[in-house]
Amino acid sequence: MSWAGPEDIYLSTSLASYLDRKILVLLRDGRKLMGTLRSFDQFANAVLEGACERVIVGEQYCDIPLGLYVIRGENVVLIGDLDTEREELPPHMIRVSETEIKRAQKVEREASELRGTMRKRMEFLDFD
Amino acid sequence: QLFFSYFKDLVGQEVTVELKNDLAIRGTLHSVDQYLNIKLENTRVVDQDKYPHMLSVRNCFIRGSVVRYVQLPPDGVDVDLLHDAARREARGG
Repeated sequence: MSWAGPEDIYLSTSLASYLDRKILVLLRDGRKLMGTLRSFDQFANAVLEGACERVIVGEQYCDIPLGLYVIRGENVVLIGDLDTEREELPPHMIRVSETEIKRAQKVEREASELRGTMRKRMEFLDFD
Repeated sequence: QLFFSYFKDLVGQEVTVELKNDLAIRGTLHSVDQYLNIKLENTRVVDQDKYPHMLSVRNCFIRGSVVRYVQLPPDGVDVDLLHDAARREARGG
């Protein structure tokens, strides 16, 4: 991101407007990190203070604290400004413990793996 | 540089950005840069129930490298102007 001229201030794609705010970072591997943006650069590398990972499985969620994080920009999908006046999550979602959400993640992962292998077996049979 | 200039002219329009991870976000185009990073305002996710974590996100920065499509209003584009610009760009190299 080049330095903005005076007339470009309103057009800038700079992350400066998100500094010191609570943000949501979506990563390429599907993870969702939340924290306060402390620093960034032209590659969208970012420093997140008080970071936590929000894990969502179905209707359950859990925030796992991570501390101070440096995120490499190539992994960043999206950086969202969290509106503090709005609910971050739909009200019907249930907050669970870390062990509980990890168990739920494992179940979900095994279910999708099973679906994947079953599909491969069906494709092998090659019905016309 | 052609698409950068093109998107600069679209600032203020409602667009839907579809990402490579299949997430689609509708919003007002706030700004764009040379990498085609996009900043959207007044965002709402197309399939909100599938992405509950995005509920309170109203403005976002999208890295250009993860964009699959940018869906535009059909009358938001002067196709002939764009066509001419592309031909000029191709000739100029």
